[in-house]
Amino acid sequence: MDPNKKRVDSLFPDEVLERVLSLITTHKDRSSISLVSKSWYNAERWSRRHVFIGNCYSVSPQIVAKRFPNIRSVTIKGKPRFSDFNLVPDDWGADVFPWLSVFATVYPFLEELRLKRMVVSDESLEFLATKFVGFRNLSLMSCDGFSTDGLKAVATHCKNLTELDIQENGIEDLGGHWLSCFPESLTSLEILNFASLNSEVSFDALEKLVSRCKSLRVLKVNRNISLDQLQKLLLHAPQLMELGTGTFMQELVSGPLTELKNAFSNCKNLLTLSGLWDATPLYLPVIYPACARLTFLNLSYATLRSVELANLLAHCKSLRRLWLLDTVGDKGLEAVGSCCPLLEELRVFPADPFDEEMNLGVTEVGFISVSRGCPKLHYTLYFCRQMTNSAVVAVAQNCPDFTHFRLCIMTPGQPDYITKEPMDEGFGAIVKTCTKIQRLAVSGLLTDRTFEYIGKYAKNLETLSVAFAGSSDLGMEYVLGCPKLRKLEIRDCPFGNAALLSGLMKYESMRSLWMSACNVTMNGCRVLAKQRPMLNVEVIKDEESDDSQAHKVYVYRTVAGPRRDAPPFVLTL
Amino acid sequence: MDQKRIPLNLFDNFDLATELRLGLPGSDDQTEKKTSLSGNKRSSSEMESTTCSEENESRFSPPMKEQVVGWPPVRSYRKNILQVKKNDSESGSGMYVKVSMDGAPYLRKVDLKVYTSYEELMKGLQAMFKCNIGLYSEKEGYNGSMHAPTYEDKDGDWMLVGDVPWEMFISSCKRLRIMKSCEARGLGDS
Repeated sequence: MDPNKKRVDSLFPDEVLERVLSLITTHKDRSSISLVSKSWYNAERWSRRHVFIGNCYSVSPQIVAKRFPNIRSVTIKGKPRFSDFNLVPDDWGADVFPWLSVFATVYPFLEELRLKRMVVSDESLEFLATKFVGFRNLSLMSCDGFSTDGLKAVATHCKNLTELDIQENGIEDLGGHWLSCFPESLTSLEILNFASLNSEVSFDALEKLVSRCKSLRVLKVNRNISLDQLQKLLLHAPQLMELGTGTFMQELVSGPLTELKNAFSNCKNLLTLSGLWDATPLYLPVIYPACARLTFLNLSYATLRSVELANLLAHCKSLRRLWLLDTVGDKGLEAVGSCCPLLEELRVFPADPFDEEMNLGVTEVGFISVSRGCPKLHYTLYFCRQMTNSAVVAVAQNCPDFTHFRLCIMTPGQPDYITKEPMDEGFGAIVKTCTKIQRLAVSGLLTDRTFEYIGKYAKNLETLSVAFAGSSDLGMEYVLGCPKLRKLEIRDCPFGNAALLSGLMKYESMRSLWMSACNVTMNGCRVLAKQRPMLNVEVIKDEESDDSQAHKVYVYRTVAGPRRDAPPFVLTL
Repeated sequence: MDQKRIPLNLFDNFDLATELRLGLPGSDDQTEKKTSLSGNKRSSSEMESTTCSEENESRFSPPMKEQVVGWPPVRSYRKNILQVKKNDSESGSGMYVKVSMDGAPYLRKVDLKVYTSYEELMKGLQAMFKCNIGLYSEKEGYNGSMHAPTYEDKDGDWMLVGDVPWEMFISSCKRLRIMKSCEARGLGDS
């Protein structure tokens, strides 16, 4: 045995080591720590409080429970991301209940549960609320399977609830009574987000809740809350750091605008503002007093035009993150470029994704203006109807620090609209210039050349989304060469078995691969499955498609073996 | 492409059977089937696979946008919100409003959201009806011209266009009527 190692072990009794390690929080660091030595592995597993499970089928609840005895907080992600766009059938899986039932035994003191794209039933929510006495934080994003009855159970039984964050879920909204279920004794709430629920809650109950929860720092209400009501809420909670407003338009009432403006002015800690449904130039100015401090402004539900946006942004010099609808147009983006020099993230969503006659939206012109004025930009999600290579090249040069570049040219396979060339050179410039690129979504007409560039230059790329692109198997083969690739999702590309199998040695170092509407066959999948037993190779069968074609393929590494809860249309090969 | 495009919207309550468009009778059945299934179908899958297998090296030719499920990649939640907004703005007051002009044989419709000021609206109306609407003044109304624009507000009252701020106007205007100046005089005097 190495004498140095022995010495280190005796200098650090386990308790001390555990104490030190408890300060290490990120799961990547903890993973590294666990690989150092056996004693470090043990110290790490005993001291870990939070576990992150990126794919609920990569591991089983029993395995997690066995390794980590003291977990207080769990994050689980379920369905493949393309389920957001209806590409995964209902009843595919990702039910949280099997996890909860194991946790009830092993982690009775569980405090936090954060779920994304999982199926959560009302029974699961009731189970959660009643079996875990100290439960405090619940965050559900893009989940489905539950109704407001499940929320009632949480509100009723979780005596120490500090967070209830319900975002963009497929929820059955049976009414707003759930909010009235919070007992009068509950004063611990710090985060409450019900912006995406449609039914009206009792304002009286909400007002009382907000006034008695003195530590409330995040409040995002739904569209039914009026401006008058918002004003009252702000008076009770001037300490808010994040606010999601309700509707921002109402019948003109005499003289409340100054009061409303004062209410915003009194929120000295406000950093994030969202909601702003139906905002018009008449009422938008009430937020101006709070704008100078804002770091994140989410206007993606407000159909603002360029002038309105420009007037607003003139007050927002500290903005780091901005989400918009493309109704602001290129002129609006010009204002972004001139007013927000500290901007790091810009997302522009399409107001009319399916009907281009309604509004042109934003173009390459707007993209360039933003890049010129915002050199610190490192995250973008940009939906547009036209783009050019030279614009993307310019953006890359203006903003070399991109880590997340998601460009969606909305017509599939559309070339550079001026030169009619493929968009290869544009995306090529992104990967060549922006060496830190971690996440990339490509679109437009793309040949294998784009993927050649990606494979050659994108050394830090972890997530890649591809649709309607590529010319041959080579395209996919190139990108499988990216050293840090973890998630690859592909749809409607001409990649076949040769491409799939070229990644044979690669997939175990990745979280997952999704391929739909490509040219992969069942035989190709069987070969992959046979050669790599540590992978689950799942094919989602289509009723109408040919039996030999593998229309939707989901490949992921796992220590839990084949799924035992797979529905009949999911075949594990 | 001769066939008029049918926007694919999974949350549309449109009655496709009565929708006027060009296309072979019975050709709407395909679209119906596609929209009712939860995202497994792609219309031109057959077309795609032959293209690919025959021309391996050539560029991939994608299907038309409207026939593609899950594209553009906008999350269901956001799509639903946009649909609600669209319905709101189409059925709510102050967006598409009927415009009648005294003496004209039929009514027109204007989208108030397209305009950002009274000036623009007047220009639009004048072009549409080939009429002359005079300049607005607070005291005189629309003097010095043949026509005066009026509107019916949320309470059902007929008001002279131009008295209130633009935003208040578009949120309360239900319909417009371009009156003959002589008849409008009563509105201006008060």
